[in-house]
Amino acid sequence: MNPERIQDLFDLLGQVTGYIYPNEIEIHWSILVVVYPYVTGLVAGAFILASLVKVFKVKEVEPTYRLALLTALAFLLVAPLPLLLHLSQPMRSFEIFLTPNLTSAMAMFGFVYAWYLMAVLLLELWFEYRRDLVVLGKESTFPMSWIYRALSLFSTDVSDRAVAFDLKAIRMITIIGIPSAFLLHGYVGFIFGSVKANPWWSSVLMPIVFLMSAIVSGIALVVFLYMVLTSIRNQPIDMRCLDTIVSYLFYAVIVDFSLEALDFIHRLYQSEESVKILGTLITNKLFMSLFVLQILLGMIIPLGILVVARSRTFNDDMRKLLYFTSVILIQVGIFSTRWNVVIGGQLFSKSFRGLMAYKMEVMGIEGLLAALALLILPFVILTVFIRLLPTERMEDHVARTA
Amino acid sequence: MNKRQFLKGLILFFPAGGLTGVLASPVRGKETSGADKGTEASGAKTTQPQSTGAYDPERHNYGMGIEIDKCIGCSRCVEACKAENNVPQEPFFFRTWIERYVITKDREVTVESINVKSRGTRELAQDDREILRSFFVPKLCNQCAHPPCVQVCPVGATFSTKDGVVLVDANRCIGCRYCVQACPYAARYLHPETKTADKCTFCYHRVVKGLLPACVEVCPTQARVFGDLKSKASRLVRLMRMNKIHVLKPSLNTDPKVYYAQLDGEVR
Amino acid sequence: MRIPEQIQRLAIVTAVIIGGVLLVRFVLIPRSLISDDLHRASTVQRELAKPIKFAGSTACQDCHEDVSSRVRKGYHKNLSCEGCHGPEARHAENPMEVKPFAPRDRKFCPLCHGYDPSRPTGFPQINPTAHNPIKPCITCHNPHDPVPLTAPQECSACHAQIQRTKAVSSHALLQCTTCHSVPAQHKKTPRSAWPSKPDTRAFCGGCHGKEATPKDAPKIDMSTHGGRFLCWQCHYPHLPEGRG
Repeated sequence: MNPERIQDLFDLLGQVTGYIYPNEIEIHWSILVVVYPYVTGLVAGAFILASLVKVFKVKEVEPTYRLALLTALAFLLVAPLPLLLHLSQPMRSFEIFLTPNLTSAMAMFGFVYAWYLMAVLLLELWFEYRRDLVVLGKESTFPMSWIYRALSLFSTDVSDRAVAFDLKAIRMITIIGIPSAFLLHGYVGFIFGSVKANPWWSSVLMPIVFLMSAIVSGIALVVFLYMVLTSIRNQPIDMRCLDTIVSYLFYAVIVDFSLEALDFIHRLYQSEESVKILGTLITNKLFMSLFVLQILLGMIIPLGILVVARSRTFNDDMRKLLYFTSVILIQVGIFSTRWNVVIGGQLFSKSFRGLMAYKMEVMGIEGLLAALALLILPFVILTVFIRLLPTERMEDHVARTA
Repeated sequence: MNKRQFLKGLILFFPAGGLTGVLASPVRGKETSGADKGTEASGAKTTQPQSTGAYDPERHNYGMGIEIDKCIGCSRCVEACKAENNVPQEPFFFRTWIERYVITKDREVTVESINVKSRGTRELAQDDREILRSFFVPKLCNQCAHPPCVQVCPVGATFSTKDGVVLVDANRCIGCRYCVQACPYAARYLHPETKTADKCTFCYHRVVKGLLPACVEVCPTQARVFGDLKSKASRLVRLMRMNKIHVLKPSLNTDPKVYYAQLDGEVR
Repeated sequence: MRIPEQIQRLAIVTAVIIGGVLLVRFVLIPRSLISDDLHRASTVQRELAKPIKFAGSTACQDCHEDVSSRVRKGYHKNLSCEGCHGPEARHAENPMEVKPFAPRDRKFCPLCHGYDPSRPTGFPQINPTAHNPIKPCITCHNPHDPVPLTAPQECSACHAQIQRTKAVSSHALLQCTTCHSVPAQHKKTPRSAWPSKPDTRAFCGGCHGKEATPKDAPKIDMSTHGGRFLCWQCHYPHLPEGRG
């Protein structure tokens, strides 16, 4: 271990209040482990928004369907990176496939991830884009035409019957996909919720709270991207679509808020052995990130904004502004939620007698810059996707002329 | 981790994998014939003669007893453990440590780890008049019979041996530290040199050869008692016969095998 | 019915992926990499191959029988040699080359025998700043047979905790012998002869009863106070409440 890190630990020792077990001074799950559930949540949320179109036939949301799927894929590709970088022996990560320990929630990660990526997201995207890929493969010039043809798996059939089959397949996949998306993120919640040694994590509600906050963050992200994308492209925003999505967002935030309130009240009312230290934890170390960022800025204010935006008649521009503000606040709030779970759960001693401190690295592999890079990376990937693939269904006449 | 990374890892690992395969097969042959010979790391010589006959792990189940009333808080055990097991000297890495509890007349409980002297912490109030009771508690890995760390390890790098000791495979630990989070006793740490999880092994390399764990060896007051739960007459069984016994955090159903006699209810 | 083109394409891809995974998992990867049993066996082997630093007391006895037989008779009979001398496996292997460590410093003995209120009552403790300062412990005490030079004159040599408690209490001026009678043998071999303890209410009543002589001792009515209980079931005589 480098002397600098040792010096940091000595400094942290001075910030300990009360008693902690001596091995607890090192915070093991750093900001990268905060990024991981945040990113996975965005995947699950974006996918569920996309599913609204296909399974629940919410036609208004159609304009964001492809964008939501591509967003889910871009973030899903990045999701394992924070985990990988966080390992202290990343070169051994393949062991998880060689000798998975079947009793370990974490060992299931590879399988849940592979299932969701291969059997749900890629498959649905392939069926959705197949016809367009065939068309694009014929229209484009050399290097690109081959890329499109390879992506379409050298498929050629663009008959109405084949396209109808695509739609049927998409519906089937989405029906399997919704529980899979629930599994993907509920599973992340389970990783924390099943740690009985840690009363801040150990809660049966954890997977459900993770899931609801995932839906909130995913929908908010797609709204954000849709608004940014249309303004870059100088296209008009489909306000009916936006209003509908935001109303779903509104209900999701309410459910999420209720669940978290339930969790909070339940803990307070049950008042178990850990209640005192958790009380000091949230009023002391987590005051800013829990009460100010997560609850006030990330929930109450956006909820208020949405109530106002929905209850009164504003013009389109005003509504856009209100929506845009609230989706950004919601992202801040959900990131704080992840922070409060992951870091918060490591700031109190399992002796329930003291609090530790976390000092985030800046430069290191588990530091702030790495985390920022991992949060920017999916947007870069998404840009490539959007350049490569149309976010709206190509017009039928284009297909015919080709 | 996605498929591409997996395959990349495989390509790197294949030559090494074949090699371990060759190394591992003779090991398997010896598995039953006596476990007290190191096939690897031949530099290590033992001072003890080879224990008599084959060692059969099935016939043992190790545990430790701790008599609170005998502990004088001299920290010989902590130092011996660090020396025996290459535990880093910095006060952030312990396989075993000693806690001091001071309960004052107004029922305020103050705890400190006497092996961690931080510049910030003040000396405990030594005014004897205010003390209702005070004592030391040695802590270490509880070698649970139902260990949460083993349950959560994604690659199965930590496991219970047949003789009841939880070990870590330092060659396969990926350093995810889920086990560190899952341990209710904070007995695990990430070894800064190997970058893998590390914890007390009951000095497995000693006990299998008939020696005592280093901490038990040096304890001047015999506050630590090591023994075999399967033996009819071991010091541990004797201790458990003569005392009311308590374990740490029994509500978590980990079935610890470190048994405390005269343990105070304030100890967590 | 014709199988749709999409299904054909996907079937090929799926077959290739599944086939590839199966091939890698069951054919290409050697068993040694995926067998938990083998991994565990080799972990145990590696664990067992770790070097031993503490040779253990029996190893010391083989050569140092004279010292160890002496230690076995004294107060330090339960101590392991390496508890003070440190890890000596290398010395045991190579007695000529590697000389054992011996703590001669005055700092060492108080690690166990310095006064500490958390130490169990009766464990011999001294106050290192007051107890013959500067002199190394070994000039007076032989660590292999640590008999005090002379039998301790003061009870506090061993019962420092009680002495410190009593010193700040309202019983500070009372001698230990006021309440305890101490056999001479107790000072040499403490556990072979125990000091006496008061065993009746009347003993405390000697000072605290209504009719008792000492004027400044608080008085109570022995016939009504405390009922059938003995005085020390509520009051701690070394630190009686009220003025402590």
